[in-house]
Amino acid sequence: MSDALKAKVAELFNEPGCDKNLAKGEKERKKGCSKPLTPGAAAGGCAFDGAKIALQPITDVVHLVHGPLACEGNGWDNRHAASSGPQLYRLGVTTDLSQMDIVMGTGEKRLYKAIREVISRYAPPAVFVYATCVPALIGDDIVAVCAHATSRLGTPCIPVNAPGFVGSKNLGNKLAGEALLDHVIGTMEPETSTVFDINILGEYNLSGELWQVRPLFDALGIRVHACMTGDARYREVASAHRSRVNMMVCSTALINIARKMEERWGIPYFEGSFYGIGDTSAALRSVARLLVARGAPADLIERTEALVTAEEARAWARIAPYRQRLTGKRVLLYTGGVKSWSIVSALQEVGMVVVGTSVRKSTENDKQKIKDLMGGDAHMVDSIPPREMYAQLRRGDADILLSGGRTQFVALKARVPWLDINQERHQAYAGYDGMVTLVRELDRALSNPVWADVRRPAPWEQGDTEDWLDDNVPRLVPVAREG
Amino acid sequence: MAEIIKSRKAVSVNPLKSSTPLGAALAYLGMEGAVPLFHGSQGCTSFALVLSVRHYKEAIPLQTTAMDEVATILGAAANMEEALLNLQRRMAPRFIGIASTALVETRGEDYAGDLKLILARQAALADTTVVFASTPDYTGALEDGWAAAVSAIIESVVAPWSPAMTSFQQVNVLPGVGQTPADIEILRDLIESFGLYPVVLPDLSGSLDGHISEEWCPTTQGGARLEEVSQMARAVHTIAIGEHMRRPADLLGSLTGVPVTVFPTLTGLGANDRLLSLLSHLSGKAVPARYRRQRSQLLDAMLDGHFHFGGKRIAIAADPDMLFSLSRFFNAMGAEIVVAVASTANAPHLDSIPARRVIIGDLADMEDAVRAAGGADLLVTHSHGRQSAERLGIPLLRVGFPIFDRLGTAHMQTIGYRGTRDLIFRVANLFMGQMHDHAPGDFATAWPVPSSEEIVHDSASFADH
Repeated sequence: MSDALKAKVAELFNEPGCDKNLAKGEKERKKGCSKPLTPGAAAGGCAFDGAKIALQPITDVVHLVHGPLACEGNGWDNRHAASSGPQLYRLGVTTDLSQMDIVMGTGEKRLYKAIREVISRYAPPAVFVYATCVPALIGDDIVAVCAHATSRLGTPCIPVNAPGFVGSKNLGNKLAGEALLDHVIGTMEPETSTVFDINILGEYNLSGELWQVRPLFDALGIRVHACMTGDARYREVASAHRSRVNMMVCSTALINIARKMEERWGIPYFEGSFYGIGDTSAALRSVARLLVARGAPADLIERTEALVTAEEARAWARIAPYRQRLTGKRVLLYTGGVKSWSIVSALQEVGMVVVGTSVRKSTENDKQKIKDLMGGDAHMVDSIPPREMYAQLRRGDADILLSGGRTQFVALKARVPWLDINQERHQAYAGYDGMVTLVRELDRALSNPVWADVRRPAPWEQGDTEDWLDDNVPRLVPVAREG
Repeated sequence: MAEIIKSRKAVSVNPLKSSTPLGAALAYLGMEGAVPLFHGSQGCTSFALVLSVRHYKEAIPLQTTAMDEVATILGAAANMEEALLNLQRRMAPRFIGIASTALVETRGEDYAGDLKLILARQAALADTTVVFASTPDYTGALEDGWAAAVSAIIESVVAPWSPAMTSFQQVNVLPGVGQTPADIEILRDLIESFGLYPVVLPDLSGSLDGHISEEWCPTTQGGARLEEVSQMARAVHTIAIGEHMRRPADLLGSLTGVPVTVFPTLTGLGANDRLLSLLSHLSGKAVPARYRRQRSQLLDAMLDGHFHFGGKRIAIAADPDMLFSLSRFFNAMGAEIVVAVASTANAPHLDSIPARRVIIGDLADMEDAVRAAGGADLLVTHSHGRQSAERLGIPLLRVGFPIFDRLGTAHMQTIGYRGTRDLIFRVANLFMGQMHDHAPGDFATAWPVPSSEEIVHDSASFADH
């Protein structure tokens, strides 16, 4: 990898805003935050995947992937990051490098031509250009091509230098953040600017979740100026440096943006979540407090309190009817990070029992919150191998599994209800409204009559075929042969 | 003869192709107790895995040698070795199929040689069959990867014919990547009904047909059995489906001496008449009554269906064999192929596709061509065509891989009399769903005052001649 990229990665591993990183010793920190991968036992996406996930939701630009087919061809049009307008971001655009390009070293030329073609056809406000492993290996300099294209063609071309082999998805998220910091944020001025402007970082509007919480901010007169990057327009991200407060969701994926925006433009940030009722309230309070500290009228805090009180009451009232149906049902929560505890209180409120929550990607802080909520650490589980999880579910250790798509079939094949709470889900679970949706979906999953049917063995395996017959069905009687 | 036109764009917009290694992985998944392994960075595997899971709605065992930057620069044989040992330890597969990716092929190491050395020195791998196919992403697409993997299996597993080998009432079947588990079930029933025993390689009908079993299995459950594949020389004949299977079929033929028939398609009346004639000839048995009945059902479906196909304008974008098969099908039912787009040029029969031209390109090329042709009535491609269909305002018939926004893809049949019959109904029903109520404006030609449009049209067609 190029020296510039090497320096970038080293810098990210030294991120002072990351508490996980700060807890490490000097030597450990040097190793970086991505665990070395085990060949034959690795799961999850690469750095390019992570970068693409973080930036793809910018809706009005072209996302151009420089590489052989698979990087984009096998991955495009796959998430549910929703747009309120432009659809350009849904195109799958790639240089689809051929053997010729690689052997002859014409990758850079092809990339430049590709940029020119997409600009002339789609006239986007910007083109995001993603590096992948093969061009990185043969030394294509996408930063130089982008600089050249930007000056020749007059449309900003943003190099996103996160080839897959540099590391994990999480590292890719951060490298995407660096691309925004280096080339986008602060390059334009907003049309209007108010003391109520905030940015939300690490929210991708999957299944429209941003729209589930946006009305809360609207009601308080708070303007979400730029969301990074859910339902974002290029201009909003480019002028995000004029907002007064940054809220960082989705744990630490874009922490480098938050910290460097504070450094460069003095924008304070906090980490919050929209998963869970208490968390949503805490997030709204933090936004209000920080905005007031930066010059918003002081009554914002009272107005926020009033809204929080009213909305919490409304949410609990909507959840209450499910209580009777869900009480005593046992949940295995297999996710990680913030979600390992943020939805626990909602589950407990409807009387459900969390029999285990995985702490694979959780910080010390996350673990403490689990202890506070569930009393002791008995319920914390590390990663569970699929075979073991299957056995637990088959045994009936839990009534439902809440997890991501990866473990979906472990539950279904064990004939146990499953609910998707990771990024591929089709339901929006954010804010007060989202918790009500989650409880409703839990009820739908658990009360579906298919479970009883699919768990019942076939009659002939039970030896009780007789029970399935009408009375007096004659049986074929072997007839004795004569002679 | 269709003219072959290559897209001249430097950029591919809305790719039609799925990657070559992914095609190989799908073939490997048709082996029993298998785990496919990509030799590349973990992202290569992750994207392919997610896409396969979205298509089949099943847990897919697919692993990676997880090459990081250091391995990429210093060489990745160690990664391959570690991956094989880890797989063996964690999953105990009977079969591991390795597919290379663009990343390792760009480095250009001798991976097949590495593998030989690894297998020679690692006793732990003695009971595992490991095969290797070279499948860089930058050449070919799904069909090429699938065929390369099948060739790799044949090379490593099939025992050459020897005089000691007893002949058997066995027919080998080499399905293409376009055949679903349901298609393979159709073929198996058909072959068995002639008293013959089919050995199918690869056999997705056992592994990816979507079923529930009594225990968790980290590898594939069901699929072609190694013992049977190794005995393919016992067969009286080999049937391969699709031109992309010609090379593996010829390889099998030269190794075993078993004669080969390649069916470019098994959709449509004529192709199936030919297949049943072959089976009847091989077995010396008359065509069973149920297949005579199915043939007559197909004829009836063709008669009922032709009203809806006649004069319809069809746009198809697919891998070469799928494109060939479906364009023949639509053409034989009276529809016109106005746009034909192939994902790659790696096929000898593209020029015999019943269309004026065949474009080698992507879904954006398809969309442009449909607009240039003045529209179409139906788009036929995989699920990625959904955005195009929406923009063009025409229905989409989902075929091939990936189909991620519909259930039951494993059980969709398109071959045999029965599969053809079902396909006619599916398409006709799509058209019937679009039926429009007639309005006075539809009858502009009812009175002989030529509209200005017609004058333009006439002079244009005159200029054509």
